[in-house]
Amino acid sequence: MSYVRSKFRHPHLPKNDLGYTVDYYEGSLSTLCAGCGHDSISAAVAQACFELNIEPHKVAKMSGIGCSSKTPAYFLEHSHGFNSVHGRMPSVATGANLANRDLIYLGVSGDGDTASIGMGQFVHVIRRNLNMLYIVMNNGCYGLTKGQDSATADAGSINKSGHINPFESIDLASLAIELGATFVAQSFSGDKDQLVPLIKVAMAHRGFAFLNVVSPCVTFNNNVGSTKSYDYVRNHMEMTSTMDFVPISREITADYAEGSAQLVTMHDGSQICLRKLDHDWDPLNRISAINAVQIARSKGEVLTGLLYMEAASPDLHDYLKTCDAPLNSLTEKELCPGSAMLDEICNGLR
Amino acid sequence: MSELKINDFVIRFANVNGTGSASANALFTKAIFKMGVPATPKNIFPSNIQGLPTWYEVRISEKGYLGRREGIDFIVSVNPQSMARDVKSVRKGGYFLYDSTKPLYPDLIRDDINYIGIPLMQLSNENYTDPRQRQLFKNIIYVGALAALFEIEFEVLESLLAVQFKGKEKLIEPNIKALKLGVDYVRENFEYPLELRVERRDLIGDRIMMDGNSACALGAIYGGATVAAWYPITPSTSVVDAFTKYAQKLRACSEGGKWNVAIVQAEDELAAIGMVIGANWNGARSFTATSGPGLSLMNEFLGLAYFAEIPCVLIDVQRTGPSTGMPTRTQQSDILEAAYAAHGDTKHVLLFPAGPRECFEMTAAAFDLAERLQTPVIVMTDLDLGMNEHITMPLKWDDNRRYDRGKVMSREQLETATARWGRYLDVDGDGIPYRTIPATHPTKGGFVTRGSSRDEYAAYTEDSAAYQRNMERLLKKFETAETLVPEPEITIVEGGSKIGAIYFGTSRYAAEEAAEMLAAEGVKLDTICVKAFPFGKSFRDFVDSHEKIFVIEQNRDAQFKSLMTIELGTDPGKLVSVLNYDGMPITADFIYKEIKSGQ
Repeated sequence: MSYVRSKFRHPHLPKNDLGYTVDYYEGSLSTLCAGCGHDSISAAVAQACFELNIEPHKVAKMSGIGCSSKTPAYFLEHSHGFNSVHGRMPSVATGANLANRDLIYLGVSGDGDTASIGMGQFVHVIRRNLNMLYIVMNNGCYGLTKGQDSATADAGSINKSGHINPFESIDLASLAIELGATFVAQSFSGDKDQLVPLIKVAMAHRGFAFLNVVSPCVTFNNNVGSTKSYDYVRNHMEMTSTMDFVPISREITADYAEGSAQLVTMHDGSQICLRKLDHDWDPLNRISAINAVQIARSKGEVLTGLLYMEAASPDLHDYLKTCDAPLNSLTEKELCPGSAMLDEICNGLR
Repeated sequence: MSELKINDFVIRFANVNGTGSASANALFTKAIFKMGVPATPKNIFPSNIQGLPTWYEVRISEKGYLGRREGIDFIVSVNPQSMARDVKSVRKGGYFLYDSTKPLYPDLIRDDINYIGIPLMQLSNENYTDPRQRQLFKNIIYVGALAALFEIEFEVLESLLAVQFKGKEKLIEPNIKALKLGVDYVRENFEYPLELRVERRDLIGDRIMMDGNSACALGAIYGGATVAAWYPITPSTSVVDAFTKYAQKLRACSEGGKWNVAIVQAEDELAAIGMVIGANWNGARSFTATSGPGLSLMNEFLGLAYFAEIPCVLIDVQRTGPSTGMPTRTQQSDILEAAYAAHGDTKHVLLFPAGPRECFEMTAAAFDLAERLQTPVIVMTDLDLGMNEHITMPLKWDDNRRYDRGKVMSREQLETATARWGRYLDVDGDGIPYRTIPATHPTKGGFVTRGSSRDEYAAYTEDSAAYQRNMERLLKKFETAETLVPEPEITIVEGGSKIGAIYFGTSRYAAEEAAEMLAAEGVKLDTICVKAFPFGKSFRDFVDSHEKIFVIEQNRDAQFKSLMTIELGTDPGKLVSVLNYDGMPITADFIYKEIKSGQ
């Protein structure tokens, strides 16, 4: 990690429609390890918000506990953040969203925070189709407690201490599709060119958007034999094109070869042009999406890009029929029925 | 015939769970209430949907005593499973009403009680054909019989049925017929009325009859709650059921078909309190209702809310613990759990309502307190209060009352502030900092809320001095809470006494009755009904000014006494515990005996 952030900015940094440069979307200096995949994802979030012309204060950054959950401090410094408790970010995000439906909710979690301690809440926030983007920075291990396998570590994967993980891994993307998530995508922290547009689309999606990003842990799980190492992921990403080694002090980028294109229309009429995925598979079809992910898994590959989406679906507010105004904007006038009504209620209790 | 007992007896109904007895029994109680006579019912029910024994006990008290009383004067025993137990529970000279369609086993015959056999099943089968109706009307027939035996006004029962079946008028006639079957059978076969009698009085005034859970729910409506998140658990479930019912009536928004409220059944109590914290963090008033096991699960989140200073309201309807304990029995045994919920140094504000009116007021007030103090506030009710109907003063609301949203920086305040705003900075010296709600201002007031240590400006820190400053400010805030929570009610006998009694919540009515019983025998007792934790000055003064203090509570381990010794350093030697923890509401007789022998 660095100790000092350079204040220097290129004088001709481009501005977005709001007149902000991308550094307006940055946060405080990261305290994660140099070369950590998570920092690339933080940068991608900042870039995506910049490109989407989002007012940062309209974003609520939610997280649980772990390396990944620290990242909300490292992007969008003008946004409110909530670094809550381990595995419980979905419930806090749910309450926050219910209180004010007008904000953008960006949840950040890790594989421990989601696939182990937080599995219950992850599953249920999907069922409710909460309008939020849920990013898992997935490195297959517990970083802050020094490298234990997580539930997303692949069976047979070898960790830094040489231990071979005997347990089947939980595939979060398949699970999310299975549970009815209305937007599911997968990416790699080293592929900013894919990640930024995916984040943009996911933020624009109305309903629960899940983004599983393989994000190697340079300190504890970047060794030979790990299936969450930079080398492994780059070698096994479907449709990936570049294989160059990047030292940990440098930012990592990669590019995909372009595949066929498909246009998908979203709830508000905006369109997505899909180019990366397999010709045979329809991202609007859940069964087809699950098949594609599972086939890739069986080959030891990591399928990236948009996997599945349902362009228009009711979210939790629709299910609950909450009013259009944010609930946190209501006052005594709308909320308190007054003394006359109370007297009437009491009359019925005599 | 022994001496007349007008408006002063205890009747118990022994039924089979799930046979429709609850509405028949409630009809009986309501009729007495409608005749202007205080009646206090208690459900003693199993954790079961159908089949197990369930009891319903009503104390009728001309003097207006609302606590439970020991000794059963009359039992309606229509459950063969519990008859052996039921027959033993009647006091000498009391009555045992049973279904005489089948003869009583000889071993159920006592020679010191009176038997009233009514062929309930036979009467019902002769008059109704539908099997479900046969079951239900058996219950109504015994209510009719009781009306004749106790001289309950038949017109009152008729008018109650008219209200109950408004919109389903065709059900009124068969119900009245069932009542008459009971009345007629008594008139033809027994001497009536008994010496146990109900006589019309005007002792109710404008008081109402209501359960505590409904009152909490209404308090949440009036207190401006917009987000309720919960997980079903007895005995708190009916808080949210009632909240939903009231919201459907009172929270429709101007856009058709939409609501000014969000009610979410969470996947567990962890998620329920998480949602509540998220909503409050984002500026909506939000609450959950739970019971002991749920409170245990919520500990971690309560620690977060305490430390990150997020308001939240939790209604704990206590039941008999530990673990699953007796889920359908009452206790006050979450006191320490609630006061210190979560790891690390934490303390929470507790409120102790004693009746439905206080459930209403304290729940509404809890939202103000939680936002003023930016901390969890736990309303400590219990199964007895929550799930039984109580006679209570009518609920009142002052239309000039405004919600106290506490110290929240507005956009204008953030814009014009000259000093640097610090989320955890004690500007006013009361330990309470100023908070911001997300999206208030484009560039000011944003920060990361966290459960980890931070400095006055919300920046993460592991600096010991900054951590300690923060912990001390939280303590100062808790001292401020003392001045904001409801004051205890203190009663000093003429000339004062060296002996005091402390009680809270549902122990109140039995304690006050016991104090009267003792006073009649010349035992003078000053009393204090505690309404909240932290304890304030008046509580400390009461403790300091008495040499011996009885602490009345409904748990085994004297939790409230422990809380006093922990918080105030009170000499445990001057505190004498009166502990009822059998799962039944505490009685005046029990308190009387304990104090009498311990004074």
